[in-house]
Amino acid sequence: MPSHKIREIVILSGKGGTGKTSLVGALAALIPEKILVDCDVDAPDLHLLLAPQIQSREEFLGGRKAQIISQLCTSCGECRAVCRFEAISEEYRVDETACEGCGVCVHFCPFGAIEFPPVICGEWFHSATRFGPLIHAQLAPGQENSGLLVALIRGKARDLAEIKGIPLILVDGPPGIGCPVISSLTGASGVLLVTEPTLSGLHDLDRIVSLSRHFKIPPLVLINKVDLNPEMAERIEAYCRENGLSLAGTLPYDPAVTEAMVQGKTILEWSRNGLGEKIRSIWEQVQRQIITD
Amino acid sequence: MIISVASGKGGTGKTSVAVALAQSLEEPVELLDCDVEAPNGHIFMKPRWESRETVYAQIPQVDEAQCTYCRACSQLCQFKAILVLGETILTFPEMCHACGGCFLVCKPGALIPAQKELGEVEAGWSGDIRFVHGRLKIGEPMSPPLIREVKKRRDPNRVTILDAPPGTSCPVIQTVKGSDFTVLVTEPTPFGLYDLKLAVEVLDRLRIPCGVVINRADVGDRKVKDYLRARGLPLLLEIPFDRRIAAGYARGQSLIEIRPELKADMQNLFREIQGLLKETPQVRYALP
Repeated sequence: MPSHKIREIVILSGKGGTGKTSLVGALAALIPEKILVDCDVDAPDLHLLLAPQIQSREEFLGGRKAQIISQLCTSCGECRAVCRFEAISEEYRVDETACEGCGVCVHFCPFGAIEFPPVICGEWFHSATRFGPLIHAQLAPGQENSGLLVALIRGKARDLAEIKGIPLILVDGPPGIGCPVISSLTGASGVLLVTEPTLSGLHDLDRIVSLSRHFKIPPLVLINKVDLNPEMAERIEAYCRENGLSLAGTLPYDPAVTEAMVQGKTILEWSRNGLGEKIRSIWEQVQRQIITD
Repeated sequence: MIISVASGKGGTGKTSVAVALAQSLEEPVELLDCDVEAPNGHIFMKPRWESRETVYAQIPQVDEAQCTYCRACSQLCQFKAILVLGETILTFPEMCHACGGCFLVCKPGALIPAQKELGEVEAGWSGDIRFVHGRLKIGEPMSPPLIREVKKRRDPNRVTILDAPPGTSCPVIQTVKGSDFTVLVTEPTPFGLYDLKLAVEVLDRLRIPCGVVINRADVGDRKVKDYLRARGLPLLLEIPFDRRIAAGYARGQSLIEIRPELKADMQNLFREIQGLLKETPQVRYALP
């Protein structure tokens, strides 16, 4: 058991491009004591705002892939017959982008002609930033097992929080509702859902709300770029009321967010009289709703 | 011909471009929305649904009366979806990749095929454009098998446009595999560029030729264009930021409904892709 209580807040959205990473960057600048984790391991962007200095890097062995040793292969067809992923060609070559790593062909090859080596699927990093420690990763493009890599870096962040006595872990999550999202979400203290006032934003918000509730993680909603469509913003607020969801706040569209990103800065460092106060009050809401209960 | 639309980064405008392309072509066309985790194409296509099917994966169910707890299944399973502890056998359907290996190694025949729901595939029509999408069941982690089901419903007599999910991992691979060409939609920002580079790496690995659409082309910086030039990648189209587009998009209006003149741009884009494919598609891979 840790000597102190660690809270883990995950930022998700369902739909991509709603502003998760820009928000996490701003919160990184705002909150004094925390560990940052970028769980969007196949398209990580948080490091572009935080300029991390990598202190340690490790390979991520994400699973195994079948490899046919052509000298031993008799082209008997057994592997092709048992593979459900159509990963073995007529020339008895394994398509590594189709191979699921199930090992069924390895087991059933009568000639022991299939090897099953572990594959390096990416790397993970422990870094220092101007806003504290960042645990992040890069899945090799086109690789699988992103959920496993997410679970691994969340575990590393938790270990670090325990050792350093840091009470908060802030997680920048991936888009969607599938494997890496589930892996980012399970066991977290709370989730902040960033949406935008569009039909797509609302549609995907509804899916991620259902997912949060499926895993019994209390969700809070933030409407970003709220002034781009006040009518849709009102609809999302009504959706939240009807579904018993608390609103953490709203943020206006601000071109300074992109300007800050181009400079490698968070919005809080870039624009002094812009979104800062609003983000501060959103964080207070999150603390009230998720952290103190 | 199969054209996929992907991006790396989310929210760059994949769906807008895929829908606009489908709505602009004169050829018979279909749009397959493969973003089964967060499908949005139907919001803009407003299809008249014709069919809905529930899709299942085959997972093991244990007949305890037959099980000898020999562990052959749990030793084979790479995904920790079956566990044998003494005289207890447990299955974890959410971990199962449906490889079928456990059925094959179970000598006493104690494993019975059961079904796990992956989600639904719906198909219909938006005018004369065929539309298919998948909806992953909430809580199901694995989207690639459902994406495979969406793609199985392709009509080879039509130009197929595949709307991919964001990212660069297995759901994207499952979508773009087999495409003749991929349109990458990006925005001219550091996030857009970083994720574009990752997406290009994926397509290089799969040997799929690609070109780029820059959306909200007048925000951010010039680095995406510098990168395209350095890599010799074709810039297919630039769409400037426009509050009318943003407002229409919010209400579920397609790019072509908001700005009908973009139809000609989309037709040009399609012709340019056809032209690029007629040239030797390997040319790009000779570049540094």
